[in-house]
Amino acid sequence: MAGMTMTEKILARHGGKKSVAPGENVWVDVDVLMTHDVCGPGTIGIFHEKFGRQAKVWNGDKVVIVPDHYIFTADEKCHRNIQILRDFVREQGLKYYYDPDFVKNEPGMPNPYKDPTKTNYKGVCHKALPEEGHVRPGEILLGTDSHTCTAGAFGQFATGVGNTDAAFALGTGKTWLKVPPTMKFTFHGRIPAYLTAKDLILAVIGEIGVDGATYRTMYFAGEGISSLTLEDRMTLTNMAIEAGGKNGVCDVDEKTLQYVRQRSNVPHWQVERDDSDARYIYEHEWNLDTMEPMVAKPHSPDNKDTAHNCRQVKLDRAYVGSCTGGKITDMIFAANILKGNQVKIETYVVPGSTEVHADMRRLNLKGMPRQGNEKSIEEVLLDAGCKLGPSGCAACLGGPSDTFGRLNNAEVCISTTNRNFPGRMGSTKSSVYLASPLTVAASALTGRITDPRDYVSDPIQTGMAGVV
Amino acid sequence: MESVISGKAYVLGDNIDTDQIIPAQYLAFNPAIAEERKYFGMYAMSSVPEGQRGLPAGNIPFVELNQFKSQFQIVIGGKNFGCGSSREHAPLALAEAGITCVIAEFYARIFFRNSVNGGYLVPLESTTRLVEQIRTGDELEVHLLDQYLLNKTTGKRHELRPLGDVLPIIEAGGVFNYAKETGMLK
Ligand code: SF4
Repeated sequence: MAGMTMTEKILARHGGKKSVAPGENVWVDVDVLMTHDVCGPGTIGIFHEKFGRQAKVWNGDKVVIVPDHYIFTADEKCHRNIQILRDFVREQGLKYYYDPDFVKNEPGMPNPYKDPTKTNYKGVCHKALPEEGHVRPGEILLGTDSHTCTAGAFGQFATGVGNTDAAFALGTGKTWLKVPPTMKFTFHGRIPAYLTAKDLILAVIGEIGVDGATYRTMYFAGEGISSLTLEDRMTLTNMAIEAGGKNGVCDVDEKTLQYVRQRSNVPHWQVERDDSDARYIYEHEWNLDTMEPMVAKPHSPDNKDTAHNCRQVKLDRAYVGSCTGGKITDMIFAANILKGNQVKIETYVVPGSTEVHADMRRLNLKGMPRQGNEKSIEEVLLDAGCKLGPSGCAACLGGPSDTFGRLNNAEVCISTTNRNFPGRMGSTKSSVYLASPLTVAASALTGRITDPRDYVSDPIQTGMAGVV
Repeated sequence: MESVISGKAYVLGDNIDTDQIIPAQYLAFNPAIAEERKYFGMYAMSSVPEGQRGLPAGNIPFVELNQFKSQFQIVIGGKNFGCGSSREHAPLALAEAGITCVIAEFYARIFFRNSVNGGYLVPLESTTRLVEQIRTGDELEVHLLDQYLLNKTTGKRHELRPLGDVLPIIEAGGVFNYAKETGMLK
């Protein structure tokens, strides 16, 4: 019998089988099901319709609900949708619900939390899931959001599903999955100061195309990946979907174990690894020392170029945020470039979660707790002229027209987010360049796309930011 | 499942993502409420850029202003149809607008899965690229069981790929019905 990959082993175990092979369909048990304010109401509607008004979810401890998309808007339907989630949580007695408690039953734009440590609200679901201890190696996570694949950074099978699949899993704890073949991307060397995981994933997507991993697993391997923080690994797996991937995974190492043990209250989970004779449908290797800061030009994540080649592109706006580029490490990367300087173009910063926001106040530029009158990351960004919004999805997906940072006209924006489809961040007239937080920050200072090598030489320390 | 689907074609290019099919600003409508659900039809395909709306002309609205239904019933796409966000609102919006099947070279997996499991429409794959061979407005006849497409306007016949594993779910009308029929659900 041939060896198996991590994904094959996880699917086999959850399907009650000794082994599975790519292409096989298996019914598997789901460990965690996540939904949010955009797909939750539809999912709940299907659940009630199909299982009955009195039905209970299969396991109340395995359902996680994270409102994050349309929070800071005056749109009444968005508020109503949050109420639908609240009612469902009460009806089902769910434990893991992260309520935007400042959204009251009244019209108009809600007043955001004042202190990010004093609200139940979290922000972007893919950031909230690991922070709140809902991701664990070897498990299966389904979420009604395509970037659910982010959690694969922790060595689990995580994938996005629609409302019908989610409603089915809510009632039964099960779903059917076709076992995907695995593509292996190996990175040699250590990550240099001017690159982040965002450059790596843009290079990968540029290489294989937006459909290059359709129906497949993307496995990020090699010592280059071990050299990344968990936060940065999440940037890789997050964007697996941008190549069409079903899921993305990284190996479990000490960093993973430390993170998960610190955060999760579930004692037992099983780490899976690729067998040495596991089969891959595709392999590609990179050397980190020869890679360059990358951008994806409008309007597709695979429209790759180097930041250097795009240096003539004039910008109207810079955006740092989302589940891809709104983590604490992304904030530290951006702040180290912006410190002591002034941005030349409007620069919007949106923390991925309230924990990220709290850390932006608690930590210094090296990711260590602030001492004496050392500046916080938040202060550095505000001093540089950035506009800071409350945590959430914000303009990453455009959203209602009053959304913070939304591109309402023909703006040209450079962004740490993950998608630059036509109209993704608002108007179909706008254009979005995707890049790393280093490149976005450097470009904010010049008003043109700027290679961050002009601004960083020494490695940027992020300490234990994001982990503890 | 009907074995023959006929209707007018609406032709699109490659990488039609779900933000183009149903833009994020309309996701606040709750599909579980009938009064709101029909708006997904009204706004279906509303973010497809000018020049690509209904090829080859590229300026044909999918749904006329203030209408809930499209005058087209079959969507023809290129590669990677339905990529991007996992929003099930995408196949739902097409179905609300009156689309019964999409024929593309291949699909992004979540769109395909949502179409099948939710029983919204039949996602078919062509064996050759059709985007340049079929014009928006052509009268089509899709023969599901015999796996071919007849363009009645041009008289040309195009082959389709078999639906394979998902055929029983499509025939059942979605994953819930399928699970009931196979005894998984009571
Ligand atoms: S931040 Fe953007 S990509 Fe991430 S979940 Fe929110 S809308 Fe989706």
